[in-house]
Formats: sequence, C-alpha cells, structure tokens
Amino acid sequence: MSDNANPNGTATTDVFASPLADPGAHESMGSRFVGNLRQSGIVLAFVAIVALFAILTHGDLLQANNITNLVLQYTYILVLAIGMVIVIIGGHIDLSVGAVVALTGGLSAVLVIKDGHPWWVGVLAAIGVGLLVGAWQGFWVAFVGIPAFITTLAGMLLFRGLAWAVLHNLSLSGFPKEYQSIGNGFFNGVMGGNGYDSFTLLVFGLALGGYAYGAYRARRARVAYHQPVLSLPLFALKILAVSAVVMWFAWQLAHARGLPYVLIILGSFVMIYTVVTTRTVFGRHVYAIGGNLAAATLSGVKVKWVNFGIMLNMGFLSGVAGVLFTSRLNSAQPNAGTGFELDAIAACFIGGAAVTGGVGRVTGAIVGGLVMAVLSNGMLLLGYGQGTQQIVKGLVLIVAVAFDVLNKRRAGAH
Amino acid sequence: MSTILEMRDITKTFPGVLALSHVSMKVEEGEIHGICGENGAGKSTLMKVLSGVYPHGSYDGEIEFEGNIVKFNSLNDSERAGVVIIHQELALIPRLSVAENIFLGNERRNAVGLIDWNRVNHDATELMKQVGLHENPTTPINQLGVGKQQLIEIAKALSKEVKLLILDEPTAALNDTDSAHLLDLLRSLKARGITCIMISHKLNEIEAIADTTTVIRDGKTIEHLDMSDPSVDQDRIIRGMVGRDLEHRYPEHTPNIGEELFRVEDWTVYHPTQQDRIVVDNASFFVRAGEVVGLAGLMGAGRTELAMSVFGRAYGRAHSGRIFKRGQELRLHSVSDAIANGIAYVTEDRKRFGLNLIEDVRRNVSGAALGKMTKRGFVNGNEEIKVAEEYRKSMNIKTSSVMKVVGQLSGGNQQKVVLSKWIYTDADVMILDEPTRGIDVGAKYEIYTIVNRLAAEGKAVIIISSELPELLGTCDRIYTIAFGRVTGVLDVADATQESLMKLMTQERTSARSGAGEKE
Repeated sequence: MSDNANPNGTATTDVFASPLADPGAHESMGSRFVGNLRQSGIVLAFVAIVALFAILTHGDLLQANNITNLVLQYTYILVLAIGMVIVIIGGHIDLSVGAVVALTGGLSAVLVIKDGHPWWVGVLAAIGVGLLVGAWQGFWVAFVGIPAFITTLAGMLLFRGLAWAVLHNLSLSGFPKEYQSIGNGFFNGVMGGNGYDSFTLLVFGLALGGYAYGAYRARRARVAYHQPVLSLPLFALKILAVSAVVMWFAWQLAHARGLPYVLIILGSFVMIYTVVTTRTVFGRHVYAIGGNLAAATLSGVKVKWVNFGIMLNMGFLSGVAGVLFTSRLNSAQPNAGTGFELDAIAACFIGGAAVTGGVGRVTGAIVGGLVMAVLSNGMLLLGYGQGTQQIVKGLVLIVAVAFDVLNKRRAGAH
Repeated sequence: MSTILEMRDITKTFPGVLALSHVSMKVEEGEIHGICGENGAGKSTLMKVLSGVYPHGSYDGEIEFEGNIVKFNSLNDSERAGVVIIHQELALIPRLSVAENIFLGNERRNAVGLIDWNRVNHDATELMKQVGLHENPTTPINQLGVGKQQLIEIAKALSKEVKLLILDEPTAALNDTDSAHLLDLLRSLKARGITCIMISHKLNEIEAIADTTTVIRDGKTIEHLDMSDPSVDQDRIIRGMVGRDLEHRYPEHTPNIGEELFRVEDWTVYHPTQQDRIVVDNASFFVRAGEVVGLAGLMGAGRTELAMSVFGRAYGRAHSGRIFKRGQELRLHSVSDAIANGIAYVTEDRKRFGLNLIEDVRRNVSGAALGKMTKRGFVNGNEEIKVAEEYRKSMNIKTSSVMKVVGQLSGGNQQKVVLSKWIYTDADVMILDEPTRGIDVGAKYEIYTIVNRLAAEGKAVIIISSELPELLGTCDRIYTIAFGRVTGVLDVADATQESLMKLMTQERTSARSGAGEKE
C-alpha cells in the first residue's frame, strides 16, 4: 500500500528483477506455511468441513438459499467475534457481550417500536449505548485495574438486568420495514438481471479486482524491500484460486436473493479491523500488551488507553450486533443473545487466538466463526438436534486448542 | 575414584538443527565437574538429555551411569536413579512453605496415605541444616531471598537422595556473598561424596571450584581440562569456548568526551507500596556526551530503582528531584515522555521486561518507536522489515530471519534485539541495566563494542552492573551506590575493584563526593 514510500525502490528492484528466478521463493512459501500452521490449518479444516457436509447433505449445504441463510444467521456472531479477538489478543476476555446485545437491541426496540421514533434513532441509540457500556467496562479494566473477567462478569449481570428493565420484562416486536431490512434486506435488481443479480456479481468483481491490485502492489513493495515473495506463477495461481471461490460464492448469492446488506456491513468490518489490527499503532500495541505487558509498559505504550480502547470497541461492536440481531428477528427480548459471548470466544480460539494473549487474527476469528456456523447448519440439514450440535462444537473447540498447545510445545521443546 | 557417569557419542537433532554432535564426557565420582560454553553451545541440551527431559530414543549415543547403561524416559526416571537437575530459573512455588517446597512431588505420607506434617517439617529442618539454613520450615518460600531459595533447591535435591547433582547457572541471580556461600556448600557436598556438574558463565567460580571442566562449542566437545593443572586459567577456558584468543575481554575505547548531556539532581523515590521506605535517597549524577558512566552497587542498593524512576517514573512513587538534559529541565511523567526526550532504559531482565518473546525480531525492534515508521496512523510494514534487517546486520543478530520469534534466540542475540529496539528510538541517553547478564563471552564482547560505538556517536551511556571488572573495562567514570545513596564517584583510572567495593558497602557517606561534582 505504501510501497511508494521507499526512496530507493528503483535501485533495489534490479536485484530481484526476475522474481521467477528467486531461489528463496519456494522456501518462503513452505516456511510461511509452517510458520502459520495454525492459521493455515484452520482454513484447511474449514475447507474440509465444508466439503464433508456438502457430501453428506448431497449438496444442500452449498445451495444458494442455504448459503444466503447462513450469512444472514451468523453475521452478528461474526461481528462480535471481531471485537472479541481484539479483546483476547490484548490478554482479556469479555463475558458480557450477549447481555449488551440484549440491552442495546432492547433499547432500540423501545425507542422505535414503543415510542415511534424513526428507525435510525434506534440504530444510533443502540450503538451509543454500546459505546457507553464499552467506556464503563474500559474504565474499570484500564484505569481501576480490575481483571476483565470480573468486570465483564459483573457487566453480564448488570446489562442483562438493565435489558429486562428497559423492556419491562416483555419482548417487543414489529419494527418498521427499514429497520428490518438491515438484517434481512438485499441489493437485488439494482442493475436488472436475468435470473441472477448482476449488481452482486459487479460488487464482488470490483472487490476482487481491488484485492488483486492490492496484493500485486504489496508484492511489488516487498520485492523493493528485498523480501521473499511467492514466485509470479504461484502468486497468480493464488489470486485465481481465491477469485474462483469468491466468484462462485457471489454467483450463488446472485441467483438466490441477491447481495445481503449484512454481508456488506460484515465485509467492511473485516477489512477495517484487519487493517486496524495489522497496520495501525493501536493494533500493534494491542499485540504488544497481550504478548508482554511489562515490556510494553516499559516501551512507552500507553497501556491504560489501549485497554480502554479495546473495551470501548467491544462495546461498539456489541451495539452493532444488537441492531443486527433485533433487525434479523424483528423483535427484542430481554433474554436475547444468551450465550453469544461464548460463541464469539469459541470462534476466536478455533481461529488461532492464544489463551494467554498476544496472538490472533481478525480473519482467523471469522474463519473460526464460519467453522461453527457450517457445523451447526450442516448438522441441522442432516437432522441432528441442538444436543448433538453442541457436543460436536465442544469437541471441535477442544481439538483446535489442543492442536495449538501441542504445536507450541513442539516448537518450545527446542 | 571411579567413573560415575559417561556419556558417549551423544547426538541430538531438532528439525533442521544439529544441537549436539557426538558429544562425550566423563565424570568421576565425587568430583565437581564444570561445563563451559557459549550460550547456544548445547550445554543445556546435553543436560536435558542426561536428565531424561529428552527421553531415550530421541537422541543417539549412550549414557552409562554407575556402570550401567541407562535409558531415562523422564525426569522421574533420572531422579529415581539419583540424578537431580536444578535449573537456572528456580522451580519453587512462592506461597508454599519451605517444607512443602522441599517435598513437592515427593511428599512424606503416613500409613493411610495422608501427608504426615510433623515428619515433613522435621525432615525439612534436617535437610536445611545440611545446606546451612536455619529457617522455620513453615515459612512461605517467597519470604526468603534468592540466595536462600537456591539453597532450598539443593536441600530439595538432597531429599531425593541425590548422587549426581546438576546445577545450571546456580549463581546467576546471586550476589557475591550468596555465591561464595553456595560454592562452600558444593565443596561440603563433595566431601560427602556427592558428584556435581555445574554449568556456569562465571569462569572465576569454575576456576575456583571445578576439578575438571568440559568445554563445549557449537554442539561438540572441545576439550576436557584438568583444573589442577596450573596452566589452566580463565583465559584458557575462554580460548576453548570461543575458539579464538580474546586478546582483551574489553574492546579498546578512546573516550571523546564532550559537554554535559544528562544530569539528575537530588533524586528521591519512595517504595511503591511500603509507606515510608525510601529506595533512592537524594541521588545526583551527571553524564557527558560521549561518556560511559557506570553505576556500581550491590544487589538491592537501588541502582535499578534509580534508573527506572528516572525513566519516566516507571518505578516508585512520591518522586522528587530534578532531571536536566543539555541544561534544560525535563518533566518526565511517563515512559513515553522519557522516550520522547531521548532517554532509553534497557532493562536488566530482558525476558520479563524487555521483549515480547512470542513476537518476531522485526516487531520487537520497532516496538518502542513505532511512530517513526508510521504515516497517518498506519505502520509501514515494509519499512519495518527494512529497519529490522539493518539492525540484524549492524548489530550482528544471529537469526535465520527477522521474522523469527525472539523467544527462540539465544540470550546474547536477544540482548542485541533489545539494544536495537532502544537504539532505534534515537535516544541519546542510554541507560543499560546489566547489559551482559547471562550471555556468553563472545556476545559480551560484541555488546561492549556496541557500547563504545554509542559513546563514539556522542551519546551518554550509563551502565549498571554488578560485575566490577566489566565496569572497570568499559566505563570512563563510575558512581557507587549503596542503600539508595550515591556514595562516591571515581574516574576509571583511579578506581580498583577494592576501592569500588569499599564505597559500595559504605552505609553512610560523610562527604557526598559524587553529588554535585562538576568539572
């Protein structure tokens, strides 16, 4: 992205003029794969699980409508998982997000359904309250120094209680159409279509174009900085493979109901938070704090403010999830979101976050969340009940983390 | 004397690394056997093979103990045979009592299988007597000092009926008195017929105590030295360890001293939790550009506390006093203030306070000055790699890649990473706290060279060290600290170990020779 920041880029490119002949290229792919075994492993596991259920359900899993449903049903968990992975990288945990979803969604319902305010008042209120909740918990965690486990355990009770109070122990339903469409609406027929929505394909196509261009520029920058890169054919192959999978996915959406709004929301969050965690000073400080708090403090990291930011952000995303969830269900209930925190936490750990902090990725948490989503959905299609689903999810979580632990032990044995 | 242990042709590989290659060593019964080698030479790996941490079958070669070929599969196996290893990092549980720690994993039980506390405490008292301790066995272990804890570790080994005791850097964390005490204890164990293997970087101790020394370099046995031979001295051992003559242990250094750069006046700091305890008492000192100044003091004298409190009040409370840089008074309320004003503090405990061990070299190097490679809030990842590569070269950090996790590097290379991190902040006041602790002779030399380079660039360098020869070899001027006070200052030409030690142990100073002195 910032390859143009290299003043001697032209001088150094010559050395790597022929990346095809770069002897380090193959090695680097191998070592990168091993280095990210945990991260690559989860992607491979995800592909395997998808393949398994596609076969078992005779293709039902991958049917256009089912895929659309999957997206609609799990977005709010994935949004929570994004916030949660940042919390976990920082070495904390947040047990209160389910309660915050109920509180923010409940408040939004009261304002919009009961008091008749326009839909966007509800949205803004939910997000505003989410931020307040985040600031409250951030205050205790960062400035008073109460462990997040305790702070958010208290928050779980506190905000659940507030959710009951706000809703007067009742559930509310009947949101206006605009509000409902946030979680259920689609872009369809924006540009017309012949049994498929060309706009969906266009959006995905543009996104892929952007991705390919970005990857190409990043690769060029790495070459300029003398960094090992994939050889050009491999690089092209990788881009093509990703494009094929994504366009297939787009095609499925396009000839079902079109492009869900929530997917745009989720996609933006994934992109923004990937950049935040990997490229910004704040993101890097989160990793530093989780990796070694004392060293981070002595390196001038403003630990308190970073921790405050982590919790504030989690509150914000909980508010967003509150809106998505009420919108999807077209109702708000005081006991909504029970167990969401655990789903979000599980997604992070399946996706490679370390229990001790300092390790994790936004994309990992998303894939972890998708693994759980596909497991649930696939087993549902096969007619297995809640009980079996929970058993399998529990086993997957323990196996994923065991893999991590064993892997670390092997690396540390040296 | 008969041979108690013989290791033959031990070869141990890790994926892609040959850690030990046909290492052989022989230990006679009842001797103290030193093992010397640079960090990463394979000493610890060899001891892990011996003690069963790496089970039989994961290495090639054979081990003969008391005349039998042994195949240890775990620490329990080797302990049952009488081989006990005491690691550098003590394995004691802080809040458990002395007796509980001694018998942890080896509890004394009565007929029904419950712990017999009277017997435990009685036996613990007996074992402590053997190592010269007279503590209450029910005292929580964290109320004892590190020196005594080390002795408790030995008592614990004795409780296991040890025949061969392996000590990995037993004196690394001890002050001189405690070290001397420990060495005496090893001599008395020897008199009782217990064989010891001692790994140490402190060659004077090896010279003083070992009967035989095995030198290991790059995973190979280099030589066995008979320490009774008068021609074998520290320099001889060093030659074996580094494979070259270290003509001087300290690089030549021609001071080019300029104006005063950094000054601390009447600095007083209180203990963070204990109400009235003054940890740093009215300390004053200054450093000039291009000057290397030592802070000499015994452990607990307040050296680290002084440095850390100056570094943006990272230690203590109720700070008072003034800090000046180039004559300007600084107000440093946080670590980031200190960094912004060009002050760097390289901590004495790099693993706990200096590095993010699970992160790679690259991100550790950039850790304290991320702002320098940040544009509009975004970190330039390529620039970051480039910077790390530059430091890898200029600081000679031995790693296959800057993407390698720092926890996997040897101590000396970790120290170079920490130094790189602080040099990259462009600090011109560098406080180095025990910069060569736990690193080998070769790497030490490199660190001293870096110190000289920093001074030559006109930076003010402050070195805190408990090794007086190191201060005498690297500094231009040395302040002594005792009981939180600056007790004196000597030009290196006038200083000797004896004169420094005298000032370092002085409880009250009549004339504050260090304070306020200025040319």
